[in-house]
Amino acid sequence: MAAHSAVLSVSRIINPIWGRHLGNTVKVFGTTLTSHRNKTLHVPPPAKYGGRHTVTLIPGDGIGPELLSHVVEVFRFSCVPVDFEVVHVNSALEAEDDIDNAITAIRRNGVALKGNIETKHTMPPSMKSRNNLLRTSLDLYANVMHCQSLPGVQTRHRNIDIMIIRENTEGEYSSLEHESVSGVVECLKIITRSNSLRIAEYAFQLAREKGRRRVTAVHKANIMKLGDGLFLQCCREVASGYPDITFDSMIVDNTTMQLVSKPQQFDVMVMPNLYGNVVSNVCAGLVGGPGLVPGANYGRDYAVFETATRNTGKSVAGKNIANPTAMLLASCMMLDHLKLYNYANLIRNAVLTTMNETRLHTADLGGQGTTSEVVQSIMRIIQSKGQLTADI
Amino acid sequence: ASNIPNGTGSDPDLGNAPLPPPLTCSVFVQMVQDPTQFDVLVMPNLYGDILSDLCAGLIGGLGVTPSGNIGANGVAIFESVHGTAPDIAGLDLANPTALLLSGVMMLRHMGLHQYAAKIQTACFDTIKEKKVLTKDLGGNSKCSEFTTEICRRVQDLA
Repeated sequence: MAAHSAVLSVSRIINPIWGRHLGNTVKVFGTTLTSHRNKTLHVPPPAKYGGRHTVTLIPGDGIGPELLSHVVEVFRFSCVPVDFEVVHVNSALEAEDDIDNAITAIRRNGVALKGNIETKHTMPPSMKSRNNLLRTSLDLYANVMHCQSLPGVQTRHRNIDIMIIRENTEGEYSSLEHESVSGVVECLKIITRSNSLRIAEYAFQLAREKGRRRVTAVHKANIMKLGDGLFLQCCREVASGYPDITFDSMIVDNTTMQLVSKPQQFDVMVMPNLYGNVVSNVCAGLVGGPGLVPGANYGRDYAVFETATRNTGKSVAGKNIANPTAMLLASCMMLDHLKLYNYANLIRNAVLTTMNETRLHTADLGGQGTTSEVVQSIMRIIQSKGQLTADI
Repeated sequence: ASNIPNGTGSDPDLGNAPLPPPLTCSVFVQMVQDPTQFDVLVMPNLYGDILSDLCAGLIGGLGVTPSGNIGANGVAIFESVHGTAPDIAGLDLANPTALLLSGVMMLRHMGLHQYAAKIQTACFDTIKEKKVLTKDLGGNSKCSEFTTEICRRVQDLA
């Protein structure tokens, strides 16, 4: 009996969301293997030794490195049992060695925290986006963003609480384009039944877990009858298995209009890749901007955390004016994923309390605070909670 | 709330004005936070569909948003983009603003700028005064009453 419960608890550590399904490792809507990078046939053990976790850290470009250094600083100060394995990815190189190293490191550790890697427009079109490569290779099929109105941030609309689940691996981001006739480019949008079922299942599971009442599928099936039509049909099929959750659908242009006039009507939203990009950017703007919202990318085996709107923020890099909130909240999501809930709540509460201080607001919120002031305030609040801390 | 400083504002001497620094966020974030920074936007079909509805939401909805479809050789169709609203059809309740302003766009396309300006001013003033408004704009006047009011103002402007 003791051994049985030990196995169950290990399975929950390995995969919090799918823990209860660990017995069925080959699922009905399994991963669509598209390249040699994806061949994983078993769940890797978590990189946890001696009570400390190892997490891959990819600094990225623009404000990524400085924000992540603040995360490392706050973690060190709060004595969080996480060690970072830093992997640099040079966005100026055409060779894929850097990104391959990063992917291997994430496979090894299971969890990563990353800044956005720039996709330079000067590079040839054959060079794929590094961020996209990372997501597809690791099959991080669900991008989850939780948009909540923060009490300390003034916005036109209040009481927003929306969870956006975006399909992360296919759709318009399949990078399949060709120019058979000069001056006429065709771009393929891929929608598959298996990936659509998978993301819908994820959305409904998450809604049920978080006690949410309604899931809205966002689509443009009136125009893309086969592509988005398939997506919608898959969502409907999955919805029938969750009678306790209301399911409805909305066309993407109407959705954006409703979001800017009455965002409180939305609860959980699920959608294909491009609409996910649009809707998550609109929602980030509604709650106060890209500096505030964290994002998470979940796959069956791996999880990568970053800011929700994935900006490199080049124009504010190195000036100590970037808002560290999004990255710090993303690191708290990561701590939740590692089941270090106490540390996650400690840091999260400190961040949100600091956000209530208008005089500490950074430039993106209309204030004049610096990044370091915000981080110092967060560390002071953590210290005041009486937990064990290192020296500032 | 203002966002990351990235615009130089309007510049009278457009020829020598430095280009504003590139936007660090997507247009969707910028449009929601500070739509006044934008002037004219051009884009492919799908993004236009999404962005035009988003902007319509910012200014009051499809009931007040005009649109036009321009083709070669000046061929054009101007239309409102709201639905057919069968539930209020024939009851003298609908808001004619979207279609009226589309008509104003049409007059401008045809070069009848004076008439266009007069009707637009009359329409905007009627809405601004808030005395005679249809239900969707918060009033309880009929469509015909709203129209009569606009006509009255046009007459006064003549």
